[in-house]
Parts: sequence; structure tokens; C-alpha cells
Amino acid sequence: METDVELLTRLRNGDEEAFVKLVARYQQPLVRLARSMVPTQAVAEEVVQDAWMGVVRGLERFEGRSSFKTWLFRILVNRARSAGAREPHHTPVESLHAVDPLRFDAQGQWADPLDRWTEESDDRLDAAVWAPILRTGLDDLPPRQREVVVLRDVEGLTSDEVCTVLGISGGNQRVLLHRGRTRLREILEDELRKA
Amino acid sequence: MPSLRRKDLVCQQAVELVTDYLDGALSRRDRRRFEAHLRACPDCRTYLEQIRMTIQLTGGIEPEDLSPQARADLTELYRRWRSE
Repeated sequence: METDVELLTRLRNGDEEAFVKLVARYQQPLVRLARSMVPTQAVAEEVVQDAWMGVVRGLERFEGRSSFKTWLFRILVNRARSAGAREPHHTPVESLHAVDPLRFDAQGQWADPLDRWTEESDDRLDAAVWAPILRTGLDDLPPRQREVVVLRDVEGLTSDEVCTVLGISGGNQRVLLHRGRTRLREILEDELRKA
Repeated sequence: MPSLRRKDLVCQQAVELVTDYLDGALSRRDRRRFEAHLRACPDCRTYLEQIRMTIQLTGGIEPEDLSPQARADLTELYRRWRSE
């Protein structure tokens, strides 16, 4: 598979196929990220188209100091933000605690032992089974938490890359990531209890 | 449960450090306290495993493939840009 840099070089020379290949590679991650920032799928797709135009117009300005992916996501985030922040159906309450304080006793120790569901059979913890539940959980996160979790844990960007893309500090990024992951863990726990 | 010294973490504090721990963002002192707590606390070990599992499962959310229509739209967009 050609690297992003190889495709960019071809794109600079006006190679349409290189553009199509880059689009195929990044379209879905971009739509997913945009979808987490704007109210509807249609707006998300517009924002992504807009971002691709930003890429072809800004090609000459891309200096390769960050990876292409980081640069691309940053363009997307800027476009999505100017397209209007997503208005959630309900404003999720930002929890101050990773875990419900009622789970701890007065000394701050677990009041009841945790279920050991990480030892469940692979079958029950099949990623394909949980993907729709986690996707819904992601949708319900506060927007800034959702952006960070999507970039870190779905798209696999590094901490530094996420900070560059979103323009936030490392500490801020970890707080948002922690809250988001904690909420998703809670959702898994609730579902596994029901099962 | 071993008796806690003042400098020891309790579970409720330990769970707040998990992401910083996984990112290697704790100070050496905090990392040692966190790891000491984990050695003594099976529930917090379970909690850490659950967060790891959550990360792994979140990473399993698959992108849908690019539809031929979406691909065609973007190719068209590119051509329009080229002809501007």
C-alpha cells in the first residue's frame, strides 16, 4: 500500500487517482469525527467535502511537520467547528467522578467487589457485538469527550496528535478521555449485568 | 485488606488515575503509589482491566466502507476543483 506521503506527491502532480485513494482511506474516519461534532449526517458529509477541498487547496502549504492524518483531521475539526457546534438532544451532565461515589464505602474502598467480566468468554466480549452499543454510548457523551475518545480509541491517534488536532493541552485531553472511557466502561458493565 | 497508611491511595482515588497511568503521564511517585495500590487491591486490578477492555472494544468500532456513490461524488468534486 502506498504511504500518505507518496499519494500526496502524486496528488501535487495532479493525479486524480491519488486523490480518490486518499479519500477512500480517510473518508469514513472523517465522517465519523464530523458526525460527532455537528447535528446531522448531512451536515457532517458537507463538512467532510469542505475539508477535502481544504486539503487540495492547501496542499502546497502542508509542510509535513505533522503527519498527513493529523493535518487532515485538524482541517476537519476547524471546518466542523465553524459549521456550528452540535446541539445535543439533552445536555449530558459532566460527571466529576470516574465512578459513582456510591460504589465506595466511607474509607474510599470498593463497597462491593467488581464483577470480573474481563474474564468472560471471548464470545461475550466480541467487538462486533459491542460496537453498536458503544457507538450509541459515544453519541451520548458530552461533545468534547466524544471528540477525544473517537480520535484516541477509535481512530488510534496518539495523545500528541489529538492535542494538535483539537488544539487542547495534554492534561485537558486526558481528563476528557478519562471521563469518556469511564462512561463507556459503565455502559459495558450495565449491559453485561443485564445479560 | 491491609491497613492503609496515610500516603496510600484508596480505591476511589486510584480509579481517577487510570488514564494518566495508561498514558505514562503520572509522576514517578504517583506511579509507584498507584502500582502499590494495584498489588494490594484485586478490585482495582479488575477496574484497570475493564478500562483496557473498554478501550479495546471501542477500537473495534468499524468504519463502514466508502460507498461507490460517495466515492463518485468526491471524484466529481476533485474534477471541479481542478477545472476552476
